[in-house]
Amino acid sequence: MTIFTPSSSAEILSTTQWAAAEESPLEILGHGSKRGIGRPLQTEHTLDLSKLTGVTLYEPAELVLSARAGTPLAEIEQLLAENGQQFAFEPMDYGPLLGGEPGQGGKNGTIGGVLATNLSGPRRLKAGAARDHILGVAAVSGRGEAFKSGGRVVKNVTGYDLSKLMANSWGTLAVLTDVTFKVLPAAETEVTLAVRGLLDEAAVAAMALALGSSAEVSSAAHLPERIALKVAGGKHGSDAATLLRVEGFGPSVVYRVEALKQLLGKAGPLEEIAGEASKAIWRDIRDCRPFADGGAQPVWRVSMAPSEAHHMVMALRMQAAVDAFYDWQGGLVWLSMREDDPEAELLRRLIRKHGGGHATLVRASAPHRAALPVFEPQPPHLAALSARLKVEFDPKNILNPGRMAPGAGSATLA
Amino acid sequence: MSGLAMPKPDAETLRRRAEIVADMRIIVPGEGVVDTANEMRAFESDGLTAYRQLPLVVVLPETVAQVSRVLKYCNDRNIRVVPRGSGTSLSGGALPLEDAVLLVMSRFNRILAIDYPNRIVVAQPGVTNLGITNAVEQDGFYYAPDPSSQIACSIGGNVAENSGGVHCLKYGLTANNVLGIEMVLMNGEVMRLGGSHLDQEGYDLLGVMTGSEGLLGVVTEVTVRILKKPETARALLIGFPTSEEGGQCVADIIGAGIIPGGMEMMDRPAIHAAEDFVHAGYPLDVEALLIVELDGPSVEVDHLIGLVEAIAYRNGSSTCRISQSEQERLSFWAGRKAAFPAVGRISPDYYCMDGTIPRKELPRVLAGMRDLSEKYGLGVANVFHAGDGNLHPLILYDANVPGELDKAENFGADILRLCVEVGGVLTGEHGVGVEKRDLMPEMFNQIDLDQQMRVKCAFDPNHLLNPGKVFPQLRRCAELGRMHVHRGQVAFPDIPRF
Repeated sequence: MTIFTPSSSAEILSTTQWAAAEESPLEILGHGSKRGIGRPLQTEHTLDLSKLTGVTLYEPAELVLSARAGTPLAEIEQLLAENGQQFAFEPMDYGPLLGGEPGQGGKNGTIGGVLATNLSGPRRLKAGAARDHILGVAAVSGRGEAFKSGGRVVKNVTGYDLSKLMANSWGTLAVLTDVTFKVLPAAETEVTLAVRGLLDEAAVAAMALALGSSAEVSSAAHLPERIALKVAGGKHGSDAATLLRVEGFGPSVVYRVEALKQLLGKAGPLEEIAGEASKAIWRDIRDCRPFADGGAQPVWRVSMAPSEAHHMVMALRMQAAVDAFYDWQGGLVWLSMREDDPEAELLRRLIRKHGGGHATLVRASAPHRAALPVFEPQPPHLAALSARLKVEFDPKNILNPGRMAPGAGSATLA
Repeated sequence: MSGLAMPKPDAETLRRRAEIVADMRIIVPGEGVVDTANEMRAFESDGLTAYRQLPLVVVLPETVAQVSRVLKYCNDRNIRVVPRGSGTSLSGGALPLEDAVLLVMSRFNRILAIDYPNRIVVAQPGVTNLGITNAVEQDGFYYAPDPSSQIACSIGGNVAENSGGVHCLKYGLTANNVLGIEMVLMNGEVMRLGGSHLDQEGYDLLGVMTGSEGLLGVVTEVTVRILKKPETARALLIGFPTSEEGGQCVADIIGAGIIPGGMEMMDRPAIHAAEDFVHAGYPLDVEALLIVELDGPSVEVDHLIGLVEAIAYRNGSSTCRISQSEQERLSFWAGRKAAFPAVGRISPDYYCMDGTIPRKELPRVLAGMRDLSEKYGLGVANVFHAGDGNLHPLILYDANVPGELDKAENFGADILRLCVEVGGVLTGEHGVGVEKRDLMPEMFNQIDLDQQMRVKCAFDPNHLLNPGKVFPQLRRCAELGRMHVHRGQVAFPDIPRF
């Protein structure tokens, strides 16, 4: 058992070359903040990137930031905040859900991990995920070769976009050494409009109405009754809350919130939540705080068409004991199983029945994670293509082998 | 074409042409196969008209099953295929090959679904970019990426090229606005990536397909995100005595936290050509002209107009007009939108480049371009997507003067080298195609290029789909797959460990 802790790209290159030559698998690790997601690994050696740190380029006026892959996300977000900027995709912190604490002394994830797991947050609806903001990468493939892709400019179609291919690859294609992201100005003002007391179906309709208006809603979530009590320390009560976030310059936010009130006045009682109180709500939704109970009951992250997901949840409730809440206008469902059984087959069958999408088992005991496909199984042609891609990057299967699916590749067969 | 080496035509394929044409007629009955030189002439080039080549045969399928059968047929017989949408590529991405089937997707021209609650449109790949907006605008929606060829270019082609437009900085490129595709691999396999949900499971194959220039698969269906039209838009037309001041103004606008819907800059030659052509009322005594468009609710737009005006003043603007009506806003844009034809009026031919640079390098790159212009004895006019650093130098030349096309191409290559040198890239939105293929080593070393080609190998191991594009030199997949390290030959890494 060896833990390599390289502090340069050259050291990562030599470690990977050695591992490829010896066909000796490596677990690729940043802070380990998402180590509990995916199939448990059984590698002899670990490549720990947490010493490969430092912001190497930050030019606020050019909206660009580059950093070594092991740089703590917390450190970068603080630097951005000092300059009135942010990652618009609002990367979530899995710490609370998986048993850690937010921040964790700055150990709540690295910037490389942000890309490798394609993190996003409630603003995904408007601003996309990590994959939409990555501009360039440098990485070492499982072949033991250092390659780069992309650049430092927003508009770039030179060659295949291998930077995006790193998103959501969970360290199975290459070891990231450097990443360059687009950054954006942080909003000057934020206000959340809450419609209270709606059932799921009415909430989804209200959110679709709001998103179809020109109010430029940046986030839309629905917390059913009781779940609402589990955000922002319970200070907004337990009535169901359908939440619409409006961000931007002051006068514009006032105007757009007013427009939303006109639009939704008949839907239910309205509340306005501004500033820090609004931020606290969205932080808790982002981090799946309602299910961060310190337990280990199975939690699923389900992505579907916004208008369809609640139908699936209703059908699921007939057959299994679940708690659920919705982000992304209803298109992202966080599901907590009240029993120990993750109900993987039932859930995935219902997703297919209701227009398709995918489910990831983000919290479960190790035996469940070893026995069940944590990531959504893929149809045969697609799974085979993914497996071929894996071989092209990592022919000896030395990078996080089996993390996404048994054997090589990223997907189990459907 | 000046010295561009394309893959050597396969003699066996050329010899069997009649048989291949007959088989294509069986797979795509009716009018879907075009094989006479006269009729194929319409397909001999794309938007990069300096390069022309008749294909082996033109096939226009109507169904996904036909696309799959054509590709499988060709894959099994080692026949090359070049996919084509509307043929508006400016980099020769759809340039035919003598021994390749040209697979034209224009008959896939239907909108399949409009879904307002989820704000998506599902379209066949031959639907034009503007066709999507046209289908939803009566309900106040639009599709955001707006390449200037939007009236003609197809959404399938937009996916292949990851097309941009003037609104990218705020609304993203094609890659950020496509939720799903259906595609066919060279071996005929049909698969779906993404869908009407927001993120794809597994590897981001949708991300790598977008901008892959028709080398990985043929897109047969596209699901895009549509947006509600902003309530209003207003623009400022700002002139500066120097490009440095204009560039600093752009930096300060962004520094103030403002992301305009569009931000375009023109240099003196472009301003003059445009003004002579459309009489937009552009000031002629400035070195740089900036159009800043702000969109959103009027209260926001009015607020930001004030801020931008102040920033412009602080940066030494010599003129600043603010649109007071929709008509005036459109008049500000009229010159910019007509910039290419306007330059076409002052020169027999022009060659449009497409590098991207870090914005702060604009003065240096413009100065470098002036030097190059002198060296080559050819004029150059510049339009610039100032917000995102995407530069479109238009090199003026006369194709009828022997040697001038070569000179223009060399001038263009030097401009792109300069872009890479200052931290930029070869192409921001037009693609590599055949045009910039041989410049790829300016940006990537052999290891970088080999890894890109290995992605190609996972999709199309025989290099049959659109060969001769993007990569300067094709290497066989078997050779690319080989590993040259063996057990015991690499030392245990000498780095800190526990």
